[in-house]
Amino acid sequence: MYRGFEETRGKESAESVVVIENLKKSFGNEVVLSNVSLKLFQGENLVVLGKSGSGKSVLIKCIVRLLAFDEGKINVLGYNIGELNNTDLGELRKKVGFLFQSGALYDSMTVRQNLEFPLLRIRKELNRKEVDDKILEALENVGLADALEKMPSQLSGGMRKRISLARTIVVDPSIMLYDEPTTGLDPVTSQEISVLINEVQKKYKTSSIIITHDIECARKTATRIVMLQDGAIYKEGSLTDFEKSDDALIKAFFMQSGT
Amino acid sequence: MKIYRPAMSDRRSVKGLLNGTMRLGEKAKAQKDDITLLLINSADVVLFMMRVAKETFSRDFEFKEFFRQCFQIGYKTLPLITVTGAIIGLVLTIQTRPVLADFGAESLLPGMVAVSIIREMGPVITALICAGKVGSGMGAELGSMKVTEQIEAMEVSATHPIRFLVVPRVLAATLMIPILVLYADALGILGSWAGVNIKGSVSFVLFFYQAFSVVDFLDFIPALIKTFFFGAVIGFVGCYKGYNAGRGTESVGVAANSAVVVASLLVIITDMIAVQITDML
Ligand SMILES: Nc1ncnc2c1ncn2[C@@H]1O[C@H](COP(=O)(O)OP(=O)(O)OP(=O)(O)O)[C@@H](O)[C@H]1O
Ligand SMILES: [Mg+2]
Repeated sequence: MYRGFEETRGKESAESVVVIENLKKSFGNEVVLSNVSLKLFQGENLVVLGKSGSGKSVLIKCIVRLLAFDEGKINVLGYNIGELNNTDLGELRKKVGFLFQSGALYDSMTVRQNLEFPLLRIRKELNRKEVDDKILEALENVGLADALEKMPSQLSGGMRKRISLARTIVVDPSIMLYDEPTTGLDPVTSQEISVLINEVQKKYKTSSIIITHDIECARKTATRIVMLQDGAIYKEGSLTDFEKSDDALIKAFFMQSGT
Repeated sequence: MKIYRPAMSDRRSVKGLLNGTMRLGEKAKAQKDDITLLLINSADVVLFMMRVAKETFSRDFEFKEFFRQCFQIGYKTLPLITVTGAIIGLVLTIQTRPVLADFGAESLLPGMVAVSIIREMGPVITALICAGKVGSGMGAELGSMKVTEQIEAMEVSATHPIRFLVVPRVLAATLMIPILVLYADALGILGSWAGVNIKGSVSFVLFFYQAFSVVDFLDFIPALIKTFFFGAVIGFVGCYKGYNAGRGTESVGVAANSAVVVASLLVIITDMIAVQITDML
């Protein structure tokens, strides 16, 4: 049995909304995550850095059990992910927003239908007008209110990414998992997205994990940074810790835009 | 070597056992062990079937998606079926006539053609065409949804992708393919009438009467029943291949292709089994 949210509220999990302990995940003989332990605290923006292929996407997919992990423990909002039954998993997923690296817009649906899809299924209590208002608000947030009736195939890559971000925030999740929210966007839009991430965090008190290669985005949004390397957490600290670090690997990451 | 241990949630159930077998599969794939792979794949198919069956009878049935799929399958294959149905009837008639003429039994022509269309040609040819058109379409569509993470996006949007994507498609195929077969039968018979009229002229009423004096109920019902199975097979294989597509873009093509191959093969095998069963009755 999982432990309900209420039950654990007064205890240590009230502070940390996601607790990952000794997570291990491999595909066949390829070990991707060998030993990852990580905490996400209430209301913070945790930036995850790491080389391409270091398993960042795999890590956040394990958090909502899109991928089953091999060993270790993941606790999200008091739910023990490894042992959840399907009903509870569904309930938990309603509280977690997931921005996919590829955007993952449904290409057989218009932008409006794309946003409606999670909204009608997760926030069943809303009436028609509230749904429309929320859709419009989310689209305005990403600056694409006029794309409402377009098909994803009519949008550019960056626009698709923004629509998909709108689709994630439209349901007001309490935890957000962003997989490279600014990759492939121009500097101006990336900046706007970073601002938006901060706004969402302040407005709805969400806790977020942000995977990114974009150091500017990390600078803007991070309350804390962890770096993933060789299947484990390589370094954890604040932005200044990272910027002051002498470690060659970390330097390589922060060099790209010297300030 | 480490002994395989199923995750906690997997213990104590058939599904758990199958899931366990699945994970063994990743090791087997690495070692290219054929027999283990075969077992794994069978376990995978059974597991998928169980999930589809379970979701079929779940409370929130996706009616809208179901009707959309019915339209897609029915309407979009209609021109193809129209042309093939009519041509099959025509050609069959032209080819059979000389043989019957040798025996002076030309009056049997409508009946013979009708029987072969209703019993065999109509169902099998329609099903094979649908395996090509519908099966590959489903394989490609679900395959690309898988590759571009759309299926995962559905999962995190509190929607079971099997319930939303697979169940409506399988049911729509199961329902629409029999209807398409009936339509193909009708056009086949019309085509046959046209074939008869190339040499000499027979009124449609007479032709119809001659045809259906030979065809009886027992030709019709088993032939119709098997088409439901054809539909289910095509829908299931198309969805299974698409849903389980690999990770790269090329796996979309692979999924579509193997959906057609496997669905066509299974249609023929199902036909053989159906004929055997009908024969015993
Ligand atoms: N479903 C899967 N099946 C098999 N291998 C996988 C699967 N998902 C990921 N991998 C492998 O896991 C490794 C890590 O992948 P992941 O997508 O997490 O990298 P990443 O850190 O997100 O990289 P990037 O920054 O390029 O997105 C890769 O080697 C990849 O091939
Ligand atoms: Mg990634």
